[in-house]
Amino acid sequence: MSSKVIHALYDDDEVLISAVKEVKAAHHHIEEVFTPFPVHGLDHAMGLAPTKIAITAFMYGVTGLSFSIWFLYLIMIKEWPQNIGGKPSFSFAENMPAFVPIMFEMTVFFAAHLMVITFYMRSKIWPFQTASNPDPRTTDDKFLMEVAVDGNESELTSLLEKTGAIEITVKENH
Amino acid sequence: MGHYEAPIREPIIVGDKTYHDVTVDVAAAIEGKANKNWWIAFTVALIAMLWGFGAIAYTIGTGIGVWGLNNKINWAWDITNFVWWVGIGHAGTLISAVLLLFRQKWRMGINRSAEAMTIFAVFQAGLFPMIHMGRIWNAFYTLPIPNQLGSLWVNFNSPLLWDVFAISTYLSVSLVFWWTGLLPDFAMIRDRATKPFQKKIYSLLSFGWSGRAKDWQRFEEVSLVLAGLATPLVLSVHTIVSFDFATSVIPGWHSTVYPPYFVAGAVFSGFAMVQTLLLIMRKVSNLEDYITRVHIENMNKVILVTGCIVAVAYGSEFFVGWYTGSSYEDFTYLSWGAATGPYWWAFWALIICNSVIPQLLWFKKIRTNYIWTFVIAIFINIGMWFERFDIIVINLSRGHLPSTWAMFSPSFIDVSIFLGTIGFFFVLFLLYARTFPVIAQAEVKSILKSSGNNYKRLMPDPHGHSKYYEKNRIEKAVEPIIKEVKEEIKEVVEDVKPEATDNDSKTNSLLDKLGSFDSSTQKADDLKKVKGIGPKMEATLNQIGIFTFAQVSKMTKNEYDLLDSITGSFPGRAERDDWAGQANKFKS
Repeated sequence: MSSKVIHALYDDDEVLISAVKEVKAAHHHIEEVFTPFPVHGLDHAMGLAPTKIAITAFMYGVTGLSFSIWFLYLIMIKEWPQNIGGKPSFSFAENMPAFVPIMFEMTVFFAAHLMVITFYMRSKIWPFQTASNPDPRTTDDKFLMEVAVDGNESELTSLLEKTGAIEITVKENH
Repeated sequence: MGHYEAPIREPIIVGDKTYHDVTVDVAAAIEGKANKNWWIAFTVALIAMLWGFGAIAYTIGTGIGVWGLNNKINWAWDITNFVWWVGIGHAGTLISAVLLLFRQKWRMGINRSAEAMTIFAVFQAGLFPMIHMGRIWNAFYTLPIPNQLGSLWVNFNSPLLWDVFAISTYLSVSLVFWWTGLLPDFAMIRDRATKPFQKKIYSLLSFGWSGRAKDWQRFEEVSLVLAGLATPLVLSVHTIVSFDFATSVIPGWHSTVYPPYFVAGAVFSGFAMVQTLLLIMRKVSNLEDYITRVHIENMNKVILVTGCIVAVAYGSEFFVGWYTGSSYEDFTYLSWGAATGPYWWAFWALIICNSVIPQLLWFKKIRTNYIWTFVIAIFINIGMWFERFDIIVINLSRGHLPSTWAMFSPSFIDVSIFLGTIGFFFVLFLLYARTFPVIAQAEVKSILKSSGNNYKRLMPDPHGHSKYYEKNRIEKAVEPIIKEVKEEIKEVVEDVKPEATDNDSKTNSLLDKLGSFDSSTQKADDLKKVKGIGPKMEATLNQIGIFTFAQVSKMTKNEYDLLDSITGSFPGRAERDDWAGQANKFKS
């Protein structure tokens, strides 16, 4: 790992995207980009892999559905079958239509909450976490690109200047 | 540049905003001080809330006998309020989830507040079934947890239990959806905060959000999937609420049209409440640039559609009740018996508020008018309360056994609790309006370039249909430059002109001295004979009008200088070479 990084600040999302492409084309390593809002196409330009979080949501949903089936069977059929309004209580298959709403709600409950928890864990956001955006303006209207320096500081600086950065700072160690 | 938007679409962010302007506008309500009106509204709401809490405490302490319920009408005021509040809680998730799936960008100005309203409304809704239990400390019996009463589980066949699951899932998922969207906005407030306490609070609330590219990628995916999950969820909630009635055998409740009809009614009332709140909020919090006439009109269109669905459902209920010929159906809440019976006022309040007045929204003038919208929204809020009152009270007041027929009148405590929940709702909403970023600013920034009026002005409009595109924008921009250049040219031309006239006058004065040449009587000499006059100089002299040795011979120092100033070439040469002397010789 390099011990130095360059922070290039931009004030427009389209300029940022083209800058990311240029820096990428010059084979420099973009450590991170901080933006105030989702910039469409940025992940693609940076070469980030598509997120798999939707797949986890599906798996959590399946888990929720399975769990609800298991516990409805356990409670309503196996443990304590009751005659309620003459509804069939000795066979899960026959009693199942009455369970559809619960099965649906449990599926949604599991999928939504576990996906969001996964998102928070993967992106390291939770209560008492400290923010790590290097410049407070990146939540307002500025875009910051962090590029690793590998003994090519001046070359990189001039390249970044050419891409339309409004501020360029070199940071020791990060 | 997020997405393509047709140039003819109306801008949904006005006021020539930049990204920073959005930040400042959203942060203003939080960073500024509350004004007097806010304090007055907050105090009134707080008093109502505390009053309601007192009434709830009294209910719990004494028992629900303090309510107006009786043996026949054993659900009334409380469940009316419950369904009313749940219905209101439908707009938020509908706006943020369904409109997200339909890619309706105008949702971004209003989704935050609509979701806040949803969550606060569901709080109020949840209160009523809980206190209706009488022994509220046993409320946990509705949860499927092992308890001291032996292996006694909840009844999963019952719609009332489905309700517990549906509403708690809805509340928790809406809360998480809302909070995830809030993180970047809390982070924005955090990074602007100057007071240490504020900074600490918003750091905690923002969960350390930093806005990395990968975080945003996940954020968008999570929002999309949550919207996909919340859409069937929001439809399921009121469907299940309607099951509370539809699965029973009470005439007027036992109706298969209930689920879609309840969902439409919920969206109808929810949007009406959003209109009520946002029309005030956009003024009070200076958000007119973000919650525009377009937003209001679009919401009015949703209200009109759902209102018409509800009206059709009323009509079909009325018709089918009559068509069955069943005498019991003549007392249901949508029947001739109800329209003319003891609850005629509740029946007509429902019809007029929900089906007649909203028809005014067919007129564009009315649905784009803030005052009209506000008044109609208030009527819908009232009408939808009456719908639930009618469904519950009118249907229960009559039944299969005429000797049990009864009337309901709410007690003082009933009314107090209802007013208390309205107070509680407004306490929460007013606190929210001063401490939360009330506009989803990160999302709004992402559509600024496609939907902001200043960007609309620049959007190319190949077919020439856009009202917003400034047609001669480039010409207009270049106009001052062209004007300047033109003036400069004019100046230059004016600078050059006197010189030209000067030359003319010089030529004239030169010819005056030397005598003019008349080609009809005189013959041109070969001036090249004079040393120093080449073919070029001869042509120049001819141009001036000097053709003969006689003319040249008359030249003196004065004329030489004049000639030099006219031709501008070889100054002093003519004098040096003594053209006049030479010409004198040739002349003879």
